[in-house]
Amino acid sequence: MNELPQQLANGLILGAMYGLIAIGYTMVYGIVQLINFAHGEIFMIGGFGALTVHLMLPDGFSLAAAIPLMIIGGMICSVAVGTAAERFAYRPLRGAPRLAPLITAIGLSILLQQAVWKWYPDAKKDRSFPQFDGEPLSVLGANIQIGSLFVLVAAPICMLALGLFVNKTRSGRGMQATAQDPDTAKLMGINTDRIIVMAFAIGAAFAAIAAVGYGLHNGQVGFKMGFILGLKAFTAAVLGGIGNIYGAMLGGLVLGIAESLATGYIGDIPGMELFGGGAWKDVWAFSLLILVLLLRPQGLLGERVADRA
Amino acid sequence: MTALLEVEDLKVAYGKIEAVKGISFSVEAGQVVTLIGTNGAGKTTTLRTLSGLLKPLSGNITFDGKPLAGVPAHKIVAMGLAHSPEGRHIFPRLTITDNLRLGAYLRDDKDGIEKDIQRAYDLFPILGERRKQAAGTLSGGEQQMLAMGRALMSRPKLLMLDEPSMGLSPIMMQKIMETIVELKSQGTTILLVEQNAQAALSLADHGHVMEIGKVVLSGTGQDLLHDESVRKAYLGED
Repeated sequence: MNELPQQLANGLILGAMYGLIAIGYTMVYGIVQLINFAHGEIFMIGGFGALTVHLMLPDGFSLAAAIPLMIIGGMICSVAVGTAAERFAYRPLRGAPRLAPLITAIGLSILLQQAVWKWYPDAKKDRSFPQFDGEPLSVLGANIQIGSLFVLVAAPICMLALGLFVNKTRSGRGMQATAQDPDTAKLMGINTDRIIVMAFAIGAAFAAIAAVGYGLHNGQVGFKMGFILGLKAFTAAVLGGIGNIYGAMLGGLVLGIAESLATGYIGDIPGMELFGGGAWKDVWAFSLLILVLLLRPQGLLGERVADRA
Repeated sequence: MTALLEVEDLKVAYGKIEAVKGISFSVEAGQVVTLIGTNGAGKTTTLRTLSGLLKPLSGNITFDGKPLAGVPAHKIVAMGLAHSPEGRHIFPRLTITDNLRLGAYLRDDKDGIEKDIQRAYDLFPILGERRKQAAGTLSGGEQQMLAMGRALMSRPKLLMLDEPSMGLSPIMMQKIMETIVELKSQGTTILLVEQNAQAALSLADHGHVMEIGKVVLSGTGQDLLHDESVRKAYLGED
């Protein structure tokens, strides 16, 4: 099982998930310089939204046909919570010291976890997520479950769509302008409040897609699933260069693969037997974060922040 | 006839510090009006209030017959007031073309926008040559041209220029001033804020001298240019 192709495939699946979630951190940070620590929970709520849709469908409804509906359901829940958080939790604090929205974000994160734990039926333990039947596919020596393919297909499509939106549409240009210079963006006639809501909404929608991918890959969703995964995705966003959407996906893939390879191979190094196995995977991921912050704080694709001319 | 822009007893404060302490002036359609004065006189604060980035403490602003106070900045642009801010503030990581397109953010006439982009390139050929470059790579003077071109893209009824000559070489400054004269001859109404009083007064129909938040002297551009106190204080004569 510990063969290289398998480790790479696992890393890629994980990384695509990190990347999709990291988009939400990076877009929001790029525009309002806020680290939305509740974003992991917005991802988690997308998972429960998708599960709810599946539970409402009649028996015998094929999973392949259900997936688009589940994505839409997950997105509606994530986007609703994400934009409500912006409107009612973060917007009133705009202009407040940076610590205030940060603490609010952490509070919101706990609130959302506990709300799902308390009120979603049977959510006190993990709930099983629908799975595709059938044997895993063998691709270049790696076995990939059919459900795990979802995120591998969804991530590049999402990135392509986002790239087109940001560079080719008026709203996308408005978003870049707002990120670079919000006051001047207003002088162009850009409603920056609306752009901020849009950034939260896009991030939440991508998180919902990642959550469907997570459910199909792991076979379950739970109220805690957004916590560590959210932190990892935040790490990915920093690794890629926070504020840069391509960096977020790149950072996600690098982190996923690094984590997978470290988990698979570090235990084989003589003298390092103690550090082998999955229990250490979070250690490797966050060690990478510390290394990046020390050696290249602006991230892989980040620019050094230069003074404005 | 009522003026295009009417400012009455405008007061603006940052917290408890009043930066503009009750000023009044007006701009008629077709005119170039300039506000001159030293640093901290409240000129930039006045412009930022007119374009909605700052909220006035009190006073009336009427633009094109409608009150402006309390209207959010992005809606003021739609009413026909464009503002080229101090320090140029072009979008550094976007191309020159995209910067110009952003100036036309509220317009829907694609053909008209393309035509106006071409007009900006005719006005400033260097921008046309570098249209695909990131705006942050331009020199200061070129960035100023871009900021002016971008402000014109909304087809404003009133163009506000804040310190267009700041930090520019004498040649570039002359080029910018010539452009303002050209815009004026095309009928553009301009409210010009400048520290370079000589240049501003020689092309303005009206001028107002500001000192620590107040208008201390008003007159035609020529009158002020020959006023003894102005010459002493702003034109460097003894």
